[in-house]
Amino acid sequence: MSGSIAPGIAVDSESGIWRLSGDWTLRALSPQLVSIRRTLATLPRDARWDLADLRRIDSFGATLLWGGWQRHWPQAVELSDSHRAVIERVAQADANQLPDAPRFTALDAIATLGYALFVFRDHVLAFLALLGQLCLDVLHLLRHPREWPLLEISANLFKVGVKAMPVTALVGFLIGVVLSYLSALQLKAFGADVFIVNILGLGIIRELGPVLVSVLVAGRSGSAMTAQLGVMRVTEEIDALSAMGVSRTLRLVLPKVVALTLAMPLLVLWTSGIALFGGMVSARIDLGMSFGFFIETLPRVVPIANVFIGLAKGAAFGLLISLVACHFGLRVRPNTESLSSNTTASVVSAITIVILVDAVFAIATRSVGVPA
Amino acid sequence: MSIAPDSSPVISLSGVVTRFGRNLVHDGLDLEIAKGEIVSLVGGSGSGKTTLLRHIIGLTRPAQGEVSLFGEPLHSGSMHEQIARRRRFGVLFQQGALFSAFSVGENIAFPIREERIATDAEIRQLVTLKLGMVEMEPQHALLMPAELSGGMVKRAALARALALEPELLLLDEPTAGLDPDRSASFVRLILSLREELGLTVVLVTHDLDTLAAMSSKVAVLADRKILSYASLEDTIKVDHPFIERFFRGAQGRRALAQVQGGS
Ligand SMILES: Nc1ncnc2c1ncn2[C@@H]1O[C@H](COP(=O)(O)OP(=O)(O)OP(=O)(O)O)[C@@H](O)[C@H]1O
Ligand SMILES: [Mg+2]
Repeated sequence: MSGSIAPGIAVDSESGIWRLSGDWTLRALSPQLVSIRRTLATLPRDARWDLADLRRIDSFGATLLWGGWQRHWPQAVELSDSHRAVIERVAQADANQLPDAPRFTALDAIATLGYALFVFRDHVLAFLALLGQLCLDVLHLLRHPREWPLLEISANLFKVGVKAMPVTALVGFLIGVVLSYLSALQLKAFGADVFIVNILGLGIIRELGPVLVSVLVAGRSGSAMTAQLGVMRVTEEIDALSAMGVSRTLRLVLPKVVALTLAMPLLVLWTSGIALFGGMVSARIDLGMSFGFFIETLPRVVPIANVFIGLAKGAAFGLLISLVACHFGLRVRPNTESLSSNTTASVVSAITIVILVDAVFAIATRSVGVPA
Repeated sequence: MSIAPDSSPVISLSGVVTRFGRNLVHDGLDLEIAKGEIVSLVGGSGSGKTTLLRHIIGLTRPAQGEVSLFGEPLHSGSMHEQIARRRRFGVLFQQGALFSAFSVGENIAFPIREERIATDAEIRQLVTLKLGMVEMEPQHALLMPAELSGGMVKRAALARALALEPELLLLDEPTAGLDPDRSASFVRLILSLREELGLTVVLVTHDLDTLAAMSSKVAVLADRKILSYASLEDTIKVDHPFIERFFRGAQGRRALAQVQGGS
């Protein structure tokens, strides 16, 4: 390397004086660190030192040497003032130790468990507060209709709705094909081919469509919302908004919630349609059932109430996903670790909550829209 | 490894052209910085100082022109050689750029750990030492970057830049956000490091007191070129509207009077 001299450490056999030479800098030391460490480990305690030939020493070299000296100045040492200053700095740093990071003990484990309860309560309270704030915002907007953040809402509609169409269509189509194919295998065995319309119609429109779209949207748009709000927290943009007197729920949360609540039913309709189409294609190939027959039978065996249930689920799930995403996004603390854990928590909680609420829907609507 | 004579410039830029869309930032810029210099890079806001620093670090490449560090073209050599070259300089970014998921101590220890040469005990000792160099207390090591004040972020980032004993320091506005007392001790620290290790320093600064107190050369970036690269005394003699405004404003005159009174 340019202009650096290899570091050396040697004892003069006649006088018994240890001499350092060359550059004791990190870069010069690192190629022969092993042998130098070995020499330093075997130093006699009462050695005398001559550092006159030492050309340069940086704080890494000084730390190494200080360790070799067992953290004491040797009794006899000759060195220049500037080198002494460097080693003196290491000696001083050695005097005031770095505090230990707190250790994780069994007690902490119990405390963490208990703490989790409080955290949960905290989440619930914060979520309710967010919901309440949104209600107040909506009331405010009803009285001041000119303040609706229409631009943000339409931008969000495009982002979470239109742009999600290709992926939901692809997944919906494939699920439709697979479901139809598997059912057809069973139905053929019993000669009950026509019931494929009932199975696909009811299953997809009422159940699978809304849940499938929710899972996709939670992964796609929910995580994006959390990350966006989170980064705005990290870069203090949210604080800047507050400082300007702009309500962050009104400007940031409400457009997302409104957009996803509006977009989800439409996405459910779109995905269910495509999934039924996939099922139809598969039924035609496997069972030789014509498109015409399928479409004709569908409204007779699947009451129209199921479509409304599917749409209602879509709106409810959209509302929940966006609320959960914004809730976690606003909880991000200004570091990358918190950003990543909140984004994960947002997606996982959203999907879990959607499935819980889906079960509630199933119980509440158990007598609606099922043919007797 | 190639042997470069000691006299070859540490940084050499020739014919650097930078464009962001239609915005031409540098147009055929040349600069050579010799070993041991402390160079203040000054220029108006938005004149491309940070961009120039990013070229030197190798984060961006100029549209045209050559950037050499330690006598070798920046992007030459094997991957291993390029990494080794990067570890020879330390950088202080304008916003600090501390790793937000690490505590201050871990931030400073990180580059030393990456090098895999020091034991844990030595790393702790070095971290305390670097914290001391930038006048921070050992207990600050446990704080997270989000818990620091603006000036502390700067100092912690400087400590991290110093962690690998760099031969070259690139500092983007090191004293912005520091109180005058801390700025003065920053100047003392840099000067003593140059004394002990022959450090080369390039700093972007708007702070005339710091500039006057430590720079051995001043590089003025204006009109998309290095307008002048000379000692402070010679720089102020250059006849150019930017230099006129920058150095001969009220604060400029005061800072210069101090230097001339002191020397
Ligand atoms: N990534 C980028 N994309 C487009 N333009 C950029 C980019 N980075 C910088 N610029 C432009 O290049 C010019 C120089 O920017 P630079 O950050 O280098 O300024 P500076 O001299 O460091 O200013 P300051 O003193 O305010 O920090 C500016 O006009 C800026 O708008
Ligand atoms: Mg800048």
